[in-house]
Amino acid sequence: MAAHTSRNMSPSRNVSGSSVLDGNVLAGPLAELFAFDVTTARERCASCGDVEALASAIVYSSPMGWVVRCPTCEDVLMVMVRTAGRYSLTARGMTWLRVDR
Amino acid sequence: MTTRGVGGWRIGVVAETRMLTPSGRSILLEVPGWSGNIAGQHADVRLTAEDGYQAVRSYSLASVGVGDQLELAVDRLPDGEVSPYLVDDLRIGDQLEVRGPLGGWFVWAPEQPGSAQPGSAQPGSAQPGSAQPSSAGVEPVQLIGGGSGIVPLIAMIRSHRAAGSRTPFRLLYSVRSPDDAFFRNELEQPGDDVSVTVFYTRRVPDAWPRPPGRATEAELAAATIPAAQHPTVFVCGPTGFVEATARALVAQGHDPHRVKTERFGGG
Repeated sequence: MAAHTSRNMSPSRNVSGSSVLDGNVLAGPLAELFAFDVTTARERCASCGDVEALASAIVYSSPMGWVVRCPTCEDVLMVMVRTAGRYSLTARGMTWLRVDR
Repeated sequence: MTTRGVGGWRIGVVAETRMLTPSGRSILLEVPGWSGNIAGQHADVRLTAEDGYQAVRSYSLASVGVGDQLELAVDRLPDGEVSPYLVDDLRIGDQLEVRGPLGGWFVWAPEQPGSAQPGSAQPGSAQPGSAQPSSAGVEPVQLIGGGSGIVPLIAMIRSHRAAGSRTPFRLLYSVRSPDDAFFRNELEQPGDDVSVTVFYTRRVPDAWPRPPGRATEAELAAATIPAAQHPTVFVCGPTGFVEATARALVAQGHDPHRVKTERFGGG
């Protein structure tokens, strides 16, 4: 996409750098996979049983994808890995995901 | 015809920029097909380097309402790989890829005229004929912003203002110094419909009654809507600020599910 090349974008690329965010940031990536806004859904943590909106989860973001952790016990709820042409998603740390329609 | 590609990316063109603080910049983007957003939503911005390397960041929208223009307000993070470019290098006419509007959780929309806000706690509790304030039946809203965490909150204030909303609004803004305050003029407008309290953490204006420092838990309690009034609370800022604030609010009796948080980082 040469037309959108951004001049001098990155003097220093911290490719390995991971940043701590929250579930709000997943709205864009998850919109590529699901037909509704998954960040507003409630999830139940399989580890501690706490029920929270996915938006309030703790998210470790890296260029490879996202590790989503329970805001209460910090156990892993979901991992999403992005590679060329493919998303892989595991939600083994959730008992369920509830969507209000 | 819209220019929406795979993954929902659209092309935005920089229409206008303005420095808000020494490190913060407002960026107006013209995005054909954007069609507006509600307050608190964000956009993903994708930059592509000449060698094909891509970086995506989420930025809260300062703008609200319909239209193909959106406003980002970006703070330069010294170690960031995207924010220094957006603040220092981006020029009018440059193109960015934008996806959104995104997020339906950390959002606020004004009540419909003549009706209580959806989700209002006790429908029917407003008694006809009683001396209720004009805002009866409408949940108050407490906004708490740290640094550039003010951005989605300014969108809520703009939305409140544009709709002439009667929802009680209060803002607590924690910021390093007067020079670091985003949207300072807008927040200081006289005749404001929003009650604003500012805490300066590093440097205060001349003759300011309080020395610089973070708000204590007692100051937080005094400057925010009490838990007994069941406000919806929106907290946005750096992770440490958001976590400390949310913890203190819950300790003061706020329902954790009414305390919505958004943290930023990774610039």
